[in-house]
Amino acid sequence: MTQQTNYSPPSLSWRFVSVWRRNFLVWRKLAIPSILGNLADPAFYMLGLGYGLGSLLPEVGGVSYMTFLAAGTLCYSTMNSATFESLYSAFSRMHVQKTWDAMLNAPLELDDVMLGELVWATSKSVLSGIAILVIILALGLANSWLLLWTLPLLVLIGFCFTGLALVMNALSPNYDFFMYYFTLAITPMVLLCGVFYPVEQLPAFLQAVANWLPLTHAIQLARPLVQGEWPQHVISHVGVLLAYGGGGFYLALVLVRRRLLK
Amino acid sequence: MIPVLSASALRKRYGASEVVAGLDLALKPGECFGLLGPNGAGKTTTLRLLLGLTRPDGGSISLLGLPVPENAREARLKVGVVPQVDSLDPDFTVTENLLVYGRYFGLKDHDIRARIPALLEFAELESKAEASIESLSGGMKRRLTLARALVNDPDVIFLDEPTTGLDPQARHMMWQRLRRLLGAGKTILLTTHFMEEAERLCDRLLIMDKGVAVTTGAPRDLIAEHIEPHVVEIYGGEGKPDCAGLCQRQEQVGETLFCYAADPHALLERLQQQCELRYLHRPSNLEDVFLKLTGRELRE
Repeated sequence: MTQQTNYSPPSLSWRFVSVWRRNFLVWRKLAIPSILGNLADPAFYMLGLGYGLGSLLPEVGGVSYMTFLAAGTLCYSTMNSATFESLYSAFSRMHVQKTWDAMLNAPLELDDVMLGELVWATSKSVLSGIAILVIILALGLANSWLLLWTLPLLVLIGFCFTGLALVMNALSPNYDFFMYYFTLAITPMVLLCGVFYPVEQLPAFLQAVANWLPLTHAIQLARPLVQGEWPQHVISHVGVLLAYGGGGFYLALVLVRRRLLK
Repeated sequence: MIPVLSASALRKRYGASEVVAGLDLALKPGECFGLLGPNGAGKTTTLRLLLGLTRPDGGSISLLGLPVPENAREARLKVGVVPQVDSLDPDFTVTENLLVYGRYFGLKDHDIRARIPALLEFAELESKAEASIESLSGGMKRRLTLARALVNDPDVIFLDEPTTGLDPQARHMMWQRLRRLLGAGKTILLTTHFMEEAERLCDRLLIMDKGVAVTTGAPRDLIAEHIEPHVVEIYGGEGKPDCAGLCQRQEQVGETLFCYAADPHALLERLQQQCELRYLHRPSNLEDVFLKLTGRELRE
């Protein structure tokens, strides 16, 4: 084995599975409130805004407002789930409960732990996304097999936002630090990236900003799929999500190696 | 005999300060080896280096015949670690903690489950198998952490201050468990602040300060080498007799006078003439060695 440095590429191994299983066992104990949270919160958003606001609006982007909102909710709910898991929960395990330290004393490497966290938060966020798909189907908002393509898309969205949030986790001295990320990254994305209205409604400079944000690209893939159409510019949207997620994960790994292996 | 663990010329620097500054050590199979030193002496950093959790700036380490940090992960398959800070999983029961930890070693669930009853017996936690972690006392948590470190049947066990914060009962219980492990042929490396613990448990020890070894050897040999066999501590501010001619060495610390003597009879007779004096006569111990070699000033 060659000497690893802080900047070495991730060393990927199946050993991450034991980390994933540890987190899964904790989740299983709290599964009912967790699933309820995944379902209820976005369901109220969709129903409240969809009926309440939707009744005041003509069709948006050629479909009912509820249908329009569904794709946005699908993406932002998945983003939120990945973000919370990789910020608060991962930080508890890394910094507060010393779970990562215990793992590193066993024959696991930091790269195994980080890969376990990446796959875990991605899995959990996919589950949140699936909860929204269930609501979409229950409300009869989608009726095309193309909707199945949202499943790999959910994996991609989970990967992207987990990678980004793990950077914040690696940098954070305490829980309060995460407010910067919510205020400066998550909130602007929720409001600018086309969850509630088409990005085209924004002035040009805000559209330009939105184009740099990953949630925009996730929604531009998800919205046509929910509405039964094949999206445009698939490769570039997928590329952006992969780049944010992959770049984020590598940066998080470098930072966390510097933090914990010093 | 091939050492179980050896390090030579080990160095680690953080910024301007060299925390480990050229340390050599070697553990023989089946011995209990103590790493002693005041706060900031470099003990925990040394343990981290030996486990391959941080890269040394110089020197070499071999753990169970494997080079560290290059093959540290493989070496840790046969190592157990009891960390200083509690890292049990608060979301799990006692049994789940052992099961999940065993999985980190790549062990199969049924193999771990087969080991769990013996581990619980060892830790005297049979009745707590399904208890939550927060319901355990400090001593129980430590014993569970020790049992967890044994889930992979390790050859070497690292313990970082295993009895800090425990009451005397829990501490004695922990010592018994460690003796049982030594009896079973395990090699132990422990750090501690308790000289009594080191004197009772360790076959050999190394006192380190400022990143280097100050001395190394068996506890009894170190006491014989560095300190006169008898110590008389005389308390109180006023009216102490002149002891200079009655002992080999004396040391004033606050209001206490420490007299070190090969033969304390003359000194004790002199003290008995002054019935208002409070004093204590005791054999010299490892703490005397430790304080002589690392000094009495506080390390904070």
